[in-house]
Amino acid sequence: MAETVVFAVCAVGAVASGAAVFVVDSMARATFALLASFLFAAVPLLLLELSYLGVLVILMMVMEMMVMVVFMIMYMMNPAGLMPMSMVHNKAGSLAVAAVTFAVLAAGVFLVPWPAREGSPPADPTRQLAEAIMGPHMLVMMLVGMVLFATMVASVVLSTPRGRYDRYGDDLKRTRPDDPIGGGLGR
Amino acid sequence: MTLEAFLLLAAALFSVGLFGALSQQSVVMVMMGLELMINGVIVAAAALWYFVSPERPDGQVLVLVAITAMAVEMAAGFAVTTAIFRARDIDMVDAADDLGDRRQEQGQEHGQSREQDR
Repeated sequence: MAETVVFAVCAVGAVASGAAVFVVDSMARATFALLASFLFAAVPLLLLELSYLGVLVILMMVMEMMVMVVFMIMYMMNPAGLMPMSMVHNKAGSLAVAAVTFAVLAAGVFLVPWPAREGSPPADPTRQLAEAIMGPHMLVMMLVGMVLFATMVASVVLSTPRGRYDRYGDDLKRTRPDDPIGGGLGR
Repeated sequence: MTLEAFLLLAAALFSVGLFGALSQQSVVMVMMGLELMINGVIVAAAALWYFVSPERPDGQVLVLVAITAMAVEMAAGFAVTTAIFRARDIDMVDAADDLGDRRQEQGQEHGQSREQDR
């Protein structure tokens, strides 16, 4: 019974703060509304006995939103919500598409005959996940690692102001790159 | 707590995120909408693991992949935002619609607009 109440409160809170993200004027406030939505949505994971994944979502989201708020302030169109301005386009159309999507998904939730439960949760779901990604599902873990590494490289390459033409000249024929701080040994 | 309740929560989160991703003009706000959508996927995957096949770890692995997708989306999204802001001083999605048909109204050098003028 207590679990149902907690779930209901968190579900309503997650959706309400998720909607608040696109309602509040200040983009910094929007970031913290999104953080609240993620924290509310992580509690149902904890209710499903997924303690590791629930805590992982909470920790990751707290850090991610701290990073995000910096970017939000960098690219903020409406500082602190002091200037009321519209930051949306085609609001009615988007609202209609979102409402229809929700109606279709909700109809599917109640119309689809979901399969009966097979077995019961293991005593330690974290151990089950760990044995899976270090055993039969190791390919997933390897791909995730490679994707994260590629993302690190790609995000640095994309966000650096200097490209290869700055370093090697317009015809890319410079033998030594023209860097403000040279790399390597003996510089 | 039932599977339907969790899936309904996931559907609501997904729809709210979809509204944001479609309606927001700021690139960063669009990314927030996408994050909400992925969050719905996480809730749905976790609920399906618990209520359908808790003996197999597949649902948990799917949650892990969705969390990774969320992190990658944010990192790559901010890098793209920084790149396009550096290159062209753009922080609105409306200003980056090079492939859209709205440019016809602006430039006469555009091939299609010349055809329309004839």
